[in-house]
Amino acid sequence: MEVDTSTGKSSTRTSENVTGIDGEAAALGPSAESMTTIIWKRFRRHPAAIISISVLLILVVSVILVSFSPYDPEASDLSARLQPPSLQHPMGTDQLGRDMLTRVLYGGRISLFVALMVVVVTLVIGIPIGAFAGFFGGAIDNILMRLTDVTLTLPTLLVLILLSAIMREMELPLVERNSVITIAVVIGILSWMTIARLLRASYLSIREMEFVEAAHAMGASNLRIISRHILPNAISPIIVQSTLMLGYAIMLESGLSFLGFGIQPPTPSWGNLLSNAQMHMIQHPWLAIFPGIMIFVAVIAINYIGDALRDAFDPYKVY
Amino acid sequence: MVQYIIRRLLQMIPMLFLLSILLFALVNLVPGGPLAGQGRSRRIRPEKAEILKRQFGLNQPLPVQYVIWLVGNDWMMVDSDGDGIDDSKGQRQGILRGDFGFSFQTRRPVIKEIGDRLPNTIYLVGITLIIVFIISIPIGILSAVKQYSPFDISVTTFSFMGQSIPEFWLGLLLILVFYVWLTNPFTGEPLLPPGGMSTLGEEFSILDRAKHLILPVTMGLVGWVAWYSRFLRSSMLDVIHQDYIRAARAKGLRERTIRYQHALKNAAIPLITMFALDIPYIFAGTIYVELLFSWPGMGRLYYQAATGRDYPVLMAILIIGAAIVFISNLLADLGYAYLDPRVRYD
Repeated sequence: MEVDTSTGKSSTRTSENVTGIDGEAAALGPSAESMTTIIWKRFRRHPAAIISISVLLILVVSVILVSFSPYDPEASDLSARLQPPSLQHPMGTDQLGRDMLTRVLYGGRISLFVALMVVVVTLVIGIPIGAFAGFFGGAIDNILMRLTDVTLTLPTLLVLILLSAIMREMELPLVERNSVITIAVVIGILSWMTIARLLRASYLSIREMEFVEAAHAMGASNLRIISRHILPNAISPIIVQSTLMLGYAIMLESGLSFLGFGIQPPTPSWGNLLSNAQMHMIQHPWLAIFPGIMIFVAVIAINYIGDALRDAFDPYKVY
Repeated sequence: MVQYIIRRLLQMIPMLFLLSILLFALVNLVPGGPLAGQGRSRRIRPEKAEILKRQFGLNQPLPVQYVIWLVGNDWMMVDSDGDGIDDSKGQRQGILRGDFGFSFQTRRPVIKEIGDRLPNTIYLVGITLIIVFIISIPIGILSAVKQYSPFDISVTTFSFMGQSIPEFWLGLLLILVFYVWLTNPFTGEPLLPPGGMSTLGEEFSILDRAKHLILPVTMGLVGWVAWYSRFLRSSMLDVIHQDYIRAARAKGLRERTIRYQHALKNAAIPLITMFALDIPYIFAGTIYVELLFSWPGMGRLYYQAATGRDYPVLMAILIIGAAIVFISNLLADLGYAYLDPRVRYD
């Protein structure tokens, strides 16, 4: 049986090694490869993406290992204020004598964590909305898509600034003022719409296919069809979009923190490190250079990976 | 077509209405209401705060406040001096009649504050966009026509970098290079000014204005040049492999004519649609530029209002912002129908 070409699953497979309802590849002789293997093979053809993955891995490992840094990211050392980069302090020190390398890596931990959380929140909101709208259609589709449209008209950056300004005034249960998680959740609540729209489109086309009909005939519940039968076949655009969302979230969080409405000092984040650097950068430019390089490198690596994934999942792309 | 436009504009009304309720509720979620921040930061005595509350009408129940915000209070008696007695007719006309109230910070009408700043933003954004298109259209076309050439590869690489560079960091780097590090070899002064629209206390001169534009415009344009040249490249690639281009070539037309007249016309359709959809982001992006270069525009106004908790200004800009989103979406759809005769709305 055929699997939807638009999800990128069937193009590289022959029809006999797609089994049935669950869409798992059966081991049919030596030529049968799993989907993951095929995607990985196609992905490997992008040298920039391979470099990007290595860079990102190094970054992730170093923001984890920074716990072993001899310097404290928040304690000041006034005897070592504003030192230029040296062997002791490879990125110099800031106006309170804190080691910038340590702070930049701790900031990276925060920024990457926020970005990951944003992606999780967009998936948690976007997947059910897109799936239900596409699967059920009709009134449910209409309501959910109007909700998506209204959210899309909100100017994201402006609303984030307003929410952040308001949250500073409020004492809410469970919500810490401008904590890392609050920021991530708020960005996520304003960013799930693309995921929902993409998923809705996939569900609209997949729900008409024969294997869905077969599942219905076998008595599978709607919820089971949505989550176990259709979702695995609609996942590839979501993977690509989530990757790009990571880069977008890093940019948005650092921009917000740069403006002073995101992560608050003394907790470092790439954005508020740059914001702090503004006051001192004329004499001490290293403060402004290193955190920016980190954002730039992380975002460009993620974008290259997203681009390569898009190509790898694209059934029409010929190599 | 006229019917379609009217229907779309009518659809806009409930959406904006919903949004206005949402914004109003949000701002009033703050304990103590919108004046709370003011009271704390300026250490207003409680009795003075009471008077202020009555003067701003903040002692009324929330639904009443919302209605007044929407339609004004010139039809009812209000307490203008804050002594607890309703003594004169209200002055507010409500946002439906274009009255967004008074700024908490400057005590001037919000609409005047916006009116002062908007031209500066349009001036900056307009010049940036003109340059964006002057650069990205030829680049996009050439890199599609010469796909996989060294030129194309460097354009693609550049556009990846341009889209990944944080705008505010680019601005900091520009200030470092052109204000701190590079100096004018004749006068020894910094090569370019670090902010403002013109040199204070100097007479108007085009040269001075232009000098103040270079850095903010450069900061604003890099991301958009990267985005549009990439976008045009891919839509050109879609077009130049179509049959009608081959037919034009077979007819013996010059390659230039094919590229710029036949192919570009179709490739530009998605570009124009995309541009209309981008308008709100272009305006939102000015926050970073205007803040870094002390440009007296809307973005900086919004930032100052947010730091000073100036809720009337924040709400006005957000409502106007949402209306811009609606209108630019409508423009995108209309532009699409106008440019592409295959698209019809009814």
